[in-house]
Amino acid sequence: MEYFIQQLINGMTLGMIYGLIAIGYTMVYGIIGMINFAHGEIFMIGAFVSIITFLMLGILGVGWMPLAVLIVMIVTMLLTSVYGWALERVAYRPLRNSPRLAALITAIGMSIFLQNYVQLLQGARIKPLQPVIAGGFRFMQESDFVVTLSYLQVFIILLTLILMAVFTLVINKTALGRAQRACQQDLGMAALIGINVDRTISLTFVLGAAMAAVAGLMFLMNYGVIDFYIGFLAGIKAFTAAVLGGIGSLPGAMLGGLLIGLIEGFWSAYFTVEYKDVAAFSILVLVLIFRPTGLLGKPDIEKV
Amino acid sequence: MATPSSEQLKMQPLDLPALFKEAGYVAVVVLGLTIGLVGFKTEDVPGGLDIVTRFGQVILATVVAFAGRVGFILLRERRFIPVLIGAGAFSAAMLVLLIGNIVDADQGVGRFLPFESLVVNWLIMLFALVLAGRAAWLWSHTRRSQFVVDREAAMDRFSARVQQGAKFFGPLMLGVAIILPFLPVADRRLLDIAILVVTYIMLGWGLNIVVGLAGLLDLGYVAFYAVGAYSYALLATYLDLGFWTCLPFAGIMAAFAGIVLGFPVLRLRGDYLAIVTLGFGEMVRVILLNWYEFTKGPDGISGIPRPTFFGLPLVRSPPEGTESFHEFFGLTYSPLDRIIFLYYLILAMALVTNFFTLRIRKLPVGRAWEALREDETACRSIGINPRNTKLTAFAIGAMFGGFGGSFFATRQGFISPESFTFIESAIILAIVVLGGFGSQIGVVLAAILLIGLPEFFRELQQYRMLAFGAAMVTIMVWRPSGLLAHREPTIRLYPHGPPKEEGQS
Repeated sequence: MEYFIQQLINGMTLGMIYGLIAIGYTMVYGIIGMINFAHGEIFMIGAFVSIITFLMLGILGVGWMPLAVLIVMIVTMLLTSVYGWALERVAYRPLRNSPRLAALITAIGMSIFLQNYVQLLQGARIKPLQPVIAGGFRFMQESDFVVTLSYLQVFIILLTLILMAVFTLVINKTALGRAQRACQQDLGMAALIGINVDRTISLTFVLGAAMAAVAGLMFLMNYGVIDFYIGFLAGIKAFTAAVLGGIGSLPGAMLGGLLIGLIEGFWSAYFTVEYKDVAAFSILVLVLIFRPTGLLGKPDIEKV
Repeated sequence: MATPSSEQLKMQPLDLPALFKEAGYVAVVVLGLTIGLVGFKTEDVPGGLDIVTRFGQVILATVVAFAGRVGFILLRERRFIPVLIGAGAFSAAMLVLLIGNIVDADQGVGRFLPFESLVVNWLIMLFALVLAGRAAWLWSHTRRSQFVVDREAAMDRFSARVQQGAKFFGPLMLGVAIILPFLPVADRRLLDIAILVVTYIMLGWGLNIVVGLAGLLDLGYVAFYAVGAYSYALLATYLDLGFWTCLPFAGIMAAFAGIVLGFPVLRLRGDYLAIVTLGFGEMVRVILLNWYEFTKGPDGISGIPRPTFFGLPLVRSPPEGTESFHEFFGLTYSPLDRIIFLYYLILAMALVTNFFTLRIRKLPVGRAWEALREDETACRSIGINPRNTKLTAFAIGAMFGGFGGSFFATRQGFISPESFTFIESAIILAIVVLGGFGSQIGVVLAAILLIGLPEFFRELQQYRMLAFGAAMVTIMVWRPSGLLAHREPTIRLYPHGPPKEEGQS
């Protein structure tokens, strides 16, 4: 039982990270109907910008942790958003009316490009970071297995919930959110009623990149090591999460992320760690075969 | 961007604030892109990480981006002379510095190159040169023919010409390929590169059946390559079978893997299919990596037997009681023999793939693939079974991947899961895409370009994947149907043109 609760906590933390990345996939898919394959790389860039900012703050002597984490978060979100924006502008906007596969190939090209860009600039070695937030709550001290809920995990879960709340507010209440929902229903019609479609799509990429940047920061703090290759697997799993939750649906992305995180956590704990990636891929295949619309998605009718 | 009407062709006063605003915008974006990852570099030091700053490079990149954008806007506003002078002078200056750097890297003008990376310097120089050349060209030609439609049509004509030229060009290349080992330039290194290039040509042709003909984007092609390689390696090490016995088995195993994967997933729509195949490719790799008892996991399989020439091994001293190739033919032994043999082996396999593809395109199933690629709904309505048709394409493509894999295993003598990563799939896909989906000659050219060139320019090796990614993006943006794409239907209702005038679609 204690072991189970511990895995639940770990899986939830992981799921929050996947959920934040999945939001980027699902938003982009909802609006322009393409898989932004390079989104995992945006997440990786977020992690790299985070580690650089942490190191710089260390050199500058910003010692108070909450402030440092806040600064890192803002810097990372800002700089990573620029990548999200540039990605859309350079690689996807010219192809908006092209066949889907052309855009997907561009996305793969962009993904390879960004991976190697970071590798060339920062080196191929793994980058370690000292634990930023240490310590935690300990439960069930009397049993032989002590359940630990670290402050870091509390931080990750709370931050994700706050971000999700803000995000839901943005989508539901603001002009940008209305524009996004309009674009999601019909791009052409949205343009006709005076919505700046280009700007809305750009901002969607910016928002998705900012979320992925926070996920990158969390990943860095959670695992303590990053390299230029982390975006690939995390991206695939987050995409699986988006599909599982129903691509195009925001609560679905979060739910899917949570489920993927939990499945991965329990799989590693009770079966074999080596095959945890196989588990994620098998889920992707199974969901696509038996319920292509995902858990919360709406059926999508292919028109001629 | 806007259509030039006659008024617009007249000079309009330059809107300087707007110009600087636009260029400034670009400069800010470039600053944002570079300041984090270029401006700071994490250095490994004992006990953690240190930071090295490279702000000079960031500022230079920003300035170059600003200047480049200004040049671009001026070009758009038809101010050719300043662009010609500015960009021309800049590229000439860069060229002087670059040549100075080649002559002597430490002394002379070569020291003053702006960017640390030589490749970036060359790129900046080339970019300025292109800008200047374009300015000069537009200045001397008053008519603007840079519309997308015109360009696409011109490229279509060009690729049609290349594919027609392939009729003569193809046999010529084949001839060169056949006599290559006997040319005086053929040394060990060249032959090794040639083997590698032909391997990728074969894989490209195999994937072309799936991606180019049937229009199914397969991101996990390397899985079948791995299945072929491991089938041969395992059969050879466990059951002591030779290359020629195992080759058909490897193909069958790969085709079987293709069917097993394809059966459930082929009804998915294009981009989902792509992601699922990618997942499958990774799954195969993870299983190979972790099933230690059977595949020896990350240690890989070594001692895979070499192929024989009709039972004659190509070794210096054959085991007792057997005869080796050079003894049988009374030749003196040369270590190059084996390489040449491998070269001809893969060449023959590639040609079989090509021949097969060219012929099957004319069969009903091949025509059904091409029809499916163009419109699945229409195919359904005329009674083509999409799933079975796709499954055949998938299985046949996988089979050639398997053949290629067993050749890879026998050439290397050692395989491990590290050889079968996603990047490998992406490279093969890039070859097919860059060559233009469905174009056989395009695959050859793309493979030579992507595999052969970087092998010769070893210094560029670390930029290879970067250039891959950039090339995939650039070509897709510039020409979404592929470089030499020319979707001529293989079979026409009226082979010599329609009986009356009809619009070309």
